[in-house]
Amino acid sequence: MSRLVIANIGPASSVQDGGRFGAQRYGLTVSGAMDRLSLAAANTLVGNEPFAAVVEIGPFGATFTAKDGAVRVAIAGAPRNADIAGKPVALDTSVTLKDGETLTLGFARGGAFTYLAIEGGIKGELVFGSLAVNARAGLGSPYPRPLQAGDEFTVDAASGAPELRIELPKPSAGPIRVLLGPQDDEFDDANKALFLDSEWKISATSDRMGYRLEGPAIKHLHGHNIVSDGTVNGSIQVPGNGSPIALMMDRGTSGGYPKIATVITADVGRLAQTTAGTAFRFKAVTMAEAQDEARKFAQMIQGLSDRLRSSDTVELNIEALSDANVAGYAVSAVDAGTWQVVAEP
Amino acid sequence: MAATLPPPRLLPSGDSAVTVEFSRTIDDAANERVLALDKALAASPIDGITETVPTYRSLLVHYDPGKIGFDALGEKLLPTAIQPLPPATKARRWRIPVAYGGEHGIDLEDVAKALNTTPDDIVARHAGGDYRVAMIGFTPGWSYLSGLDKSLHMSRRQSPRLFTPAGTISIGGIQAGIQCLAAPSGWHLLGRTPVRTYQLHRNPTFLTEPGDRVTFFAIDHKTFEELDRAAEAGEIVAEQVTA
Repeated sequence: MSRLVIANIGPASSVQDGGRFGAQRYGLTVSGAMDRLSLAAANTLVGNEPFAAVVEIGPFGATFTAKDGAVRVAIAGAPRNADIAGKPVALDTSVTLKDGETLTLGFARGGAFTYLAIEGGIKGELVFGSLAVNARAGLGSPYPRPLQAGDEFTVDAASGAPELRIELPKPSAGPIRVLLGPQDDEFDDANKALFLDSEWKISATSDRMGYRLEGPAIKHLHGHNIVSDGTVNGSIQVPGNGSPIALMMDRGTSGGYPKIATVITADVGRLAQTTAGTAFRFKAVTMAEAQDEARKFAQMIQGLSDRLRSSDTVELNIEALSDANVAGYAVSAVDAGTWQVVAEP
Repeated sequence: MAATLPPPRLLPSGDSAVTVEFSRTIDDAANERVLALDKALAASPIDGITETVPTYRSLLVHYDPGKIGFDALGEKLLPTAIQPLPPATKARRWRIPVAYGGEHGIDLEDVAKALNTTPDDIVARHAGGDYRVAMIGFTPGWSYLSGLDKSLHMSRRQSPRLFTPAGTISIGGIQAGIQCLAAPSGWHLLGRTPVRTYQLHRNPTFLTEPGDRVTFFAIDHKTFEELDRAAEAGEIVAEQVTA
């Protein structure tokens, strides 16, 4: 066995997986990775099941050191500067840390969460089938809380398998698609239009529980108190002050504010990766389109292994990689267009 | 053949869940239909349903759109949802100890003042109630109770507290609650119970189920401390009354 030691890690970083399902009826939050596609991509690169537990790294940096042997890892999700002893590591690739080597990840650029998958997975005690951290309920394993400097994982020694990259489809830059409801009848047509036609920004006070949306105030028809009912990932509720909140993975299982719309499954991860201050819009779609997209999304995740390529079979985008890393960004090794640069705040 | 009941509304909650809504308000008849549908689906599962979440007035049905579409699921759900309720079965009843007032129930005096009565009277009315677990939600084990005495109905606090302690016994609007974990809350805090409605390594992990009956009884703060230690060690400390 090897160890992977966290020398440094920023807040909002924790062990996450596909989520904890089956006990929402008891109020047990599902948790799980904010961006499921990136979770699955990182896992697929190191031969894990798509929804195995990984390290979800928040917007700040992190460093990981291999001890007592080599450790094979992969990163996917929000682009960021990544290197081993100054040698750039590309997003969406696997890499093996030799005993004593350190992988250094910088701040996220153009996204919020990056996923570090470890070959063989993270070992821990499953609760309702999941290792995912839900800090409020003290759940998650091996650390039932956000990760801290000094934490470490006992992991499989690196297999020595050839390094891989994964070709992911370009993320859409289009609006975040929603299905109206379940309580869209608590809003008149003018306020539904205001919700769908306005530009929104994610508030900096957002977290894994919910993303607060900044924009016009949405008014209710009959006040903001409804009798509590169930929530899902992506429920957009409108509290009394009229500022919508998109409920994310650490949401309460029920809520008492009217829910004007629900983000479609295929777009929840994109919303999760939308950084505070970035302007975006919503677009209403039909149930048929939403379910079609959900099926395609699930099929894509199950088929991710077909998108694996040997790291050395293509011309790497060395120039973009080098330029970007010099400038402080990590980019796709193959397609520089899949990353977006955002201005420093 | 018994007459069927009025159909619920099927409200889309995104592409992978549907809210089966029996009522817009809190009413026991609707809640009974929610729990009956939940039981019926557990007994005769519909392929594609992944999880159900009963609430006061609706059943949230999570499903896999790769296995069943919205319309097909609705067609299967409705016939079950309009079936007459099965005969009532005897519910479990829990007697829950509560340390009222003082540091454990910081709103008791204010609630008494607002309702022009004494703290002892509020305790008597709250503990004298016969409650039913209508739903569990928000945070693990938080049991929402119907059956709060009408004289205790009052609006929630203007500004919710960001922190209320584990075990909080509170009232809000027409609802009463047993809260398990520390959490934000806009309800009025009357007391605390040592009972854990959720405890990870205990069997059972979750004490209460929707449909259970609940009554409260007052304990002093010293008894609270003793029971709290026992509960921490894994004892249930609530009394289960078998009817």
